[in-house]
Amino acid sequence: MQDEPTLTELIKAVADFLRNEITPMIKGHNAFKLRVGINALDLVTRQLALEPAGDVAEVARLSQLLGMQGSLGELNRALADRIAKGEMDLQTPGLSEHLWQTTMDKLAVDQPNYASYKRELGERKP
Amino acid sequence: MEALLGRCVASWCPGATGVTGAAKLSGGASQETWSFDIVHPDGHIGAILRRAPPGSGASPGRAAGLDAEAVLMQLAHDAGLPSPRVMHVLQPRDELGTGFIIARIEGETIARKILRDEQFAKARPMLARQLGTVVAGIHGLPASKLPELRQMTSTKEIADLEREYRSFDWPRPVFELALRWLRDRDPGPSQQVTLVHGDFRHGNLIIGPDGVRAVLDWELAHLGDPMEDLGWICVNSWRFGEIDKPVGGFGSREELFAGYEEAGRHVDPDRVMFWEVMGTLRWGVMCCGMMQRFRSGPDHSMERAMIGRRSSETEIDLLRLLAPREK
Repeated sequence: MQDEPTLTELIKAVADFLRNEITPMIKGHNAFKLRVGINALDLVTRQLALEPAGDVAEVARLSQLLGMQGSLGELNRALADRIAKGEMDLQTPGLSEHLWQTTMDKLAVDQPNYASYKRELGERKP
Repeated sequence: MEALLGRCVASWCPGATGVTGAAKLSGGASQETWSFDIVHPDGHIGAILRRAPPGSGASPGRAAGLDAEAVLMQLAHDAGLPSPRVMHVLQPRDELGTGFIIARIEGETIARKILRDEQFAKARPMLARQLGTVVAGIHGLPASKLPELRQMTSTKEIADLEREYRSFDWPRPVFELALRWLRDRDPGPSQQVTLVHGDFRHGNLIIGPDGVRAVLDWELAHLGDPMEDLGWICVNSWRFGEIDKPVGGFGSREELFAGYEEAGRHVDPDRVMFWEVMGTLRWGVMCCGMMQRFRSGPDHSMERAMIGRRSSETEIDLLRLLAPREK
């Protein structure tokens, strides 16, 4: 068992230092690169927080949809293959819901400020 | 660089005594863009150099080539379209590689500024219609004067995208769904085959407070279905957050189509929608491609790596197009 602090705590501390202390000192193209770097660190902390539960739920949905067991990678390959062959499509019960949920989970990690994502989040509220 | 440019400029610009302020605006592995001023007794003349430096390899497979780009830009200029004047096509004696020098046109190419800054507030509502007219002009350039260009069809484009996606060997069920959708609805060869700009979107348009001033970057020009250009500029990735304004985040499809038809050409909205889906998938595949080049190639930069994490943006946009949820 590895010791504390956690990965999330370490990365957040570095990202906050870069954001609060270094950003005001950097100009020009390197300021852009620094922003990209901070965004990358923030993405890593989001993935560390969200990926475990997201993956478990995705495996469960895929197993149900495909009627088979396997790793997340194997199941996604099987689904991609069936869609490519036309064996599954948007008429297949549960496929659209699965793709939407999986994509929303990806955006929550990759780009939670993306306008399409925010719109879709909003429309799900009562 | 300024010495080489100065010698080059003196050979075709009478009265020029040199150049000043040469600055590299962008540089990839095979192409560079430089901005500079020609020093002239009548006042400085703003210029742009686009070149493949000496010794750089052949241009990538889809590229029209710098010589063809120069011909297209000059053709567009001569036809009265917003396009920079070509001042000089590089010759071997210039020792600058291959490429061309064009007149610099002042204005903005950065989408976020065009969509948010006050100085463009008056231009924004008219841009979609204006761009419709401009792109109709591009599609109307005389076939007999065009340089040699690759010929594309929707069927070939689907096959290219599929081949590239499969080469990544990373399963993406949403991309599979989109490929299937495209194959099932492939409209086949277009009745009208014209010059297609190929990358008609923010970043390649110089905008001023008065509207569109220039169309740039003909690298992906080809012959094909003119509706491709109309679909590409509607791809959500070029709306920069203004998702209810499909044309570049500033206008409606209806305005774009009206401008296009005013110029005497016909719009096929179904084909435009088909190309919008194709374009969304294409940008997604391009994002994945940049991740591959980050991993394997010389450009091991954070920016390229992070663009790989933008492919999911195109997945949500594809789902919004192909499987919209009940509201």
